[in-house]
Amino acid sequence: MTLIEIRGLEVDYRRDGRVAHALRGIDLVVARGERVAIVGESGSGKSTAALALLGLLPHNGHIVGGSATVAGVELAGAGERAARRIRGRVVGLVPQDPSVSLNPTQRIGHQVAEAVRLRGIPKPQVDAAVVEALEQAGIDDPVARARQYPHELSGGLRQRVLIAIALAGDPDVIVADEPTSALDVTVQRRILDHLDRLVRERGIALVIITHDLGVATDRADRVVVMREGVVVEEGAALDVLAAPQHEYTRHLVTTAPGLRAAEPPPEPAGEARVLVRWDAVTKDFALPAGAASRTLRAVDDVTLDARAGRTLAIVGESGSGKTTLLRLALGLERADAGSVAFDGRVVSDLGGRDGRALRRRFQLVQQNPFGALDPRFSVGRSIAEPLTAFRVGTKAERRARVAELIDLVGLPADAAARRPSELSGGQRQRVAIARALALEPELIYLDEPVSALDVSVQDQVLRLLARLQRDLGVGYVFVSHDLAVVAQVAHEVAVLRRGQVVEYGPATRILTSPSHEYTIDLLAAVPGRALREAVA
Amino acid sequence: MSRYVLSRIGQAVLVLWAAYTVTFVILYLLPSDPVAIMLSANNVEVDSLTAEQRDAAVARLGLDRPVWEQYLGMLGAALRGDFGTSFAKQIPVSELLAQRLPATVTLSAVAVGFALVGGVATAFGATLLPRGRVASFVRRLPAAGVSVPNFWIGLLLIQVFAFTLGWFPAMGSEGWQSYVLPAVTMAIPTAAVLAQVLIRSFDDTLDEPYIATARAKGLSRFAVQVRHAFRNAALPTLTILGLLVGATVTGSIVVETVFSRHGVGRLAQESVLAQDIPVVQAIVVLAAAAFVVVNLIVDLLYPLLDPRIARTPRVSRA
Amino acid sequence: MTDLLEKPAVDVRIERTDAAPAATAPLAASSAKRSRSRGPIAALLRRPGVVLALAIVLFALLTAVVPQLFATHDPTATAPADRLLPPGFAHWFGTDEVGRDLYSRVVHGSTLTIAATALAIGIALVGGLALGVFAGFVGGTADAAIMRVVDVFLAIPGLLLALAIVTALGFGTLPVAIAVGVGIIPGFARTTRAEVLRVKTLPYIEAARAGGASWGRILFTHVLPNSWGPVVVLAVLDFGAAILAVAALSFLGFGAAPPAAEWGTLISNGRNYLVTAPWVSLLPGLFVAAVVLSLNHLAKSLEEVQR
Repeated sequence: MTLIEIRGLEVDYRRDGRVAHALRGIDLVVARGERVAIVGESGSGKSTAALALLGLLPHNGHIVGGSATVAGVELAGAGERAARRIRGRVVGLVPQDPSVSLNPTQRIGHQVAEAVRLRGIPKPQVDAAVVEALEQAGIDDPVARARQYPHELSGGLRQRVLIAIALAGDPDVIVADEPTSALDVTVQRRILDHLDRLVRERGIALVIITHDLGVATDRADRVVVMREGVVVEEGAALDVLAAPQHEYTRHLVTTAPGLRAAEPPPEPAGEARVLVRWDAVTKDFALPAGAASRTLRAVDDVTLDARAGRTLAIVGESGSGKTTLLRLALGLERADAGSVAFDGRVVSDLGGRDGRALRRRFQLVQQNPFGALDPRFSVGRSIAEPLTAFRVGTKAERRARVAELIDLVGLPADAAARRPSELSGGQRQRVAIARALALEPELIYLDEPVSALDVSVQDQVLRLLARLQRDLGVGYVFVSHDLAVVAQVAHEVAVLRRGQVVEYGPATRILTSPSHEYTIDLLAAVPGRALREAVA
Repeated sequence: MSRYVLSRIGQAVLVLWAAYTVTFVILYLLPSDPVAIMLSANNVEVDSLTAEQRDAAVARLGLDRPVWEQYLGMLGAALRGDFGTSFAKQIPVSELLAQRLPATVTLSAVAVGFALVGGVATAFGATLLPRGRVASFVRRLPAAGVSVPNFWIGLLLIQVFAFTLGWFPAMGSEGWQSYVLPAVTMAIPTAAVLAQVLIRSFDDTLDEPYIATARAKGLSRFAVQVRHAFRNAALPTLTILGLLVGATVTGSIVVETVFSRHGVGRLAQESVLAQDIPVVQAIVVLAAAAFVVVNLIVDLLYPLLDPRIARTPRVSRA
Repeated sequence: MTDLLEKPAVDVRIERTDAAPAATAPLAASSAKRSRSRGPIAALLRRPGVVLALAIVLFALLTAVVPQLFATHDPTATAPADRLLPPGFAHWFGTDEVGRDLYSRVVHGSTLTIAATALAIGIALVGGLALGVFAGFVGGTADAAIMRVVDVFLAIPGLLLALAIVTALGFGTLPVAIAVGVGIIPGFARTTRAEVLRVKTLPYIEAARAGGASWGRILFTHVLPNSWGPVVVLAVLDFGAAILAVAALSFLGFGAAPPAAEWGTLISNGRNYLVTAPWVSLLPGLFVAAVVLSLNHLAKSLEEVQR
C-alpha cells in the first residue's frame, strides 16, 4: 500500500520577480516499509522534494502543478493545517546537521517531550515515554541525558536525540536529510545501522536524501536519481548503480570516489628528497576554564615526511590533529615539542627576509572555496596577489602569468575579469589552486580541498591536481577525512587519530591491506561497500 | 561563578568612575574659561570685576587649587553623597535631585513598561502575521517611530488628545492622567528600537534549523514562535536593555520640557541653559550610574537565561 | 552539499556541475547575477519608495546649500498684520507670531541644521573608523584599552553627553555639531571593529598571508575595503538620528541665537501658540520627520541591496 505518492509535482521559488523551477514534474512512490534514497547533486531538487513532503516549503516556494499525497492527505494546494496533520505523526524528519538542529536553550528531554505530547500521550506518561524514546535511540543513561542541554552532548548523541524526536511522533515514514555529511564516518556508520534496525523493526518507511551514491546503495532498497528538477532514473539500488541506464547516472557512478576500486596515482620517477619533515612534533592547546582537563593534546609526538613531487595524504576524522599539523607546517602555530622543517630549515624560525624567501616555496589551498577569495578582487587580481606581494615581474609579465595559470587549471580565458560571486564552487577552487601555483612552489598544502564540492566536481579537481603534479613536479600534502578521495592522489598515507599517527606507509599497502584496526574501521565505513562487494 | 559576579561588579564600578572623570574633564577642563562660567552662573558680572575682586572670587570658589586637587576633592565629596552646590539656585545639588527625582523615576518606569509591551507586540505582529499588506505595514512602523522627533510627537499628542479631545491634561504633574501622554511620548522611540532589534532577531532565529525541527514535529507557527523562537530571539535584545533604559531616561529631558513637568529632565535643561556645572555633572553621572546598574543586572542574569554561557560543558563520547 | 532545512538556492545561481576540465562558463543563471551586481544603484532605485525618499533628501540638501532658490519669502521679514495665518496659497506653511513666512524659515533653517549634522557625522566617521580599525586590527591590549574607553562613553547617554559638552563649550551651531559628533563616535568605532574582526578571520586573509602579503598590505587592500560597508550604512542611518539630536538640542534652546532659526528652534517657538495655531510647531516638525524618515528608508534599502 503506497504511503507517499507524488505525481508530476512542480515547485517554483519566486524572489525579486525571478522564478526558479526547482521541481519540473517528478513522480515518486514510496510504499510502507520501503527504503528509498533520493540521490542528486546540489540544485537537483532533492531537498525541495523532501520539504514538499513535510509541507515545509519556505514562504517563497509554491507548488504550481501536480500532486503530492502522504497517507492519503493531499499537500498540493493544502493549507498549513492539513500539512500539520501529517507532520510528526505521519512523516518524521531527521535533519542534517545535529549541531544546529536542536534548540540550544531547551533541555533535551523537553524537546523530545514536545514530540511525544503531540502524539497524544497523556501528561502523566510523557516523562516515561521520553526516557523510552531516548533509550531506543541508543542513548546511554537517558534519565540524566534528558536534563542536559544540546551543547553538552557530542555530535553523535545529538543525532540520536534527533532520531528519538523523529520516532517519538510514531510516524509511518522518516525522511533523513543528508545523514552522512555532518559527523565522522565511523560515528555515522553506527548511527545509521541503528536507525536501519529501528526502522525495520517498526515497519517504518525510510526516505534518504543524499548526494552520496555509496550511502544510497548501502542504506536503500530503491534509488531515485534526480537532476535539475527531474527524475532521470530509478530502480533497485544495486541495479541502478551496477548498470546505470541514463548517462548522468553513469557519470555519477564513475566519478564517485567510493564506488570504484582505488586507482593509485603513478609513481614519479627519480629520487625524491624530503621537503617537509615533522619531527616528533607535539602541540597542546589550552582549554577554557572548567573543562575536564587543562590542555588538549592536538598533536602527540608525530613524525612524518613529505617528499618532493609526491603526495602525502594525512587522513583522520575531526579532532585527529590533521589540521593542526598543517598549521604547524605553515608556521601559523608553534610546536610545543619537536619541530617542523622545510628543506632543512625549521619553519617556526621563519621571520623577516629569509622567512619570506622560504615561504615562496610552499603554498596553501584551503577547504572553503567560498571564503578563500576576496569577494572584491577580480579572479585575475586574486591569482596575481602572491606575485604582487613578492614583487615578481612587471605588471605585463604578471598578467601573462595569470593568463597562463588560468589556462593551466582549465578555466576559460575570460575568467580573469570575473568576480568570485560569479563562479561556482569548483571553479573557485580552481582559482585557489591557480593562486597557489603562481609562485611556482615546490609544495602545496591542501586542506580538505574537495570536501565542500559536489561529487563530480570533486573528481575533476582531483584529476586536475594529479595532472599538475605530473606536469609540474609539485609535491602535495593532502589533508582529508575521506579515504576514498585520498586513494586517487596519494602516494603515501598517514592515518591520524587523536593526535597520534596510527599507521603510516605507502598508499597501496595501507589502502588494500591495513594493519591497524582503526584504519580497517575507517575503510569499512566508506559508504558504497555493498556495491563494491557486488561488483567485485 | 562568584568570581564572575565580582569581576562584573568591579568593572561596573570602574566604568562609573571613568564616567565621572570624563564628565569632570568635559565640564571643568574643556571650557576656555571655567572661572567666567562659574562666576556668571553665580550672577557675578565678570567684566566689571577688578583683578583683586576676581582673585578673591576665585579663591572663595576654590578654583585656584591645581586641577587634580580639585578633582580628587570633588570625587571624595561625591563618594560621600555631596555633589556640590548649584551655582544658579544656591542649594545643595543632592537636595535638588532628591526633590526632582521621584517624579522622573516614576515617569520613566511607566514609559519603559509601555515601551516593552509596545515593542514586543509590534515584533510579534510583524513576524507572526501572514505575509501581506498588514504584516508589511507593521514591519514599517518601527522605522517611523525612530524617525520622528520625540518632542514633535509630544506636541502632536497634546494637540490631539489634550486640546482637541480633552482626554488628558496638556501639562503639569497632577494625578495619574498626567503621566499618560508623556510616558507614551517617551516610549515611542524606545519601543521602535526594541521592535526593530527584536524583528531582526526573530527573522534570524526563524531561519535556524532547530525551528524547522520544531515545525516538523507538528507544532503550529504560533506555538513555535512563542516556545522556541522568542526566548532565543529575546537574548540579543537583552544586551541592549541598558541602552534602552538610557534612551528612555534621556527622553525625559525633552518630554518634561514639552509637558512642563517637574523632574530631573527639566532640571537638566534649566541647568544647561544657566551653565550650572555642578548640577549638570551630577545628572550626567546619575544617568551613567543607572545605565551601569541596568547593564550589570543584565550581565548577571544572562547566564541564567542562556544555558550555553558559563556552564562547564561536559562533552561525552557518542 | 545542500541542507534540507536551509533556504534552498533561491537566487537563481544554482550550483552547476562543471561539464569538462575546460569548464564552460556557468549558464544564464550567472549572467543574471552579473547584471545585477553591475548596478547596485539601479537595484537600489528599483526598491519601493526609494525614489521618493531620494527626492525628499535631495530637496533638503539643496535647501541647505541654496535656500534662496527655494524660499518664497524673506525669512526675517516680519509683517505683524499677517501674524499666525493658517497654511494657504500665499504662505505654504502659514505664518508665525510676527508674520514671518514659516516655509521660508524652515528652508533657511536647513542650512544650519544640515551643516551641523554633516559636521557631526564627519567627526564621527573619522574618529570612529580610525579607532575601530586600529583596535580591531591590532588587537591585544591596545584593543582592550580603546574598547574600555568606548564603553565609558557609551555608558553616558548620548543626549546627556551632548548637554555636558554644550555646557562647557557654550551654545550655537558649532558646539552642537561637536557634541552630537562625539556622541556618535563610540557606535561607529564598535561597528567598524566588529567588522574588522570578522574579516580578519576569513580564509582569504590567511591565503594572502600564506601568499606572502605583509600585514600593512592586507590592512589596506583586503581589510579596509571589506570592512567599511556596514559603517557607511550606519552613517546614513545615523545621519537621520543626528538630525534629530541636533534638532532636540536646538529645541531645548542651545542652538543658534535668534533670528537665525534651526528646525528645532522653530518648533520650540511654536509651542506657545499650540492651541490657536498648531501649524507653527507641527508643520516644521512634519518636515523634519519626512526628511529623517526618507534618510532611514534609504539606509535600510542600501543595506538590503548590499546583502
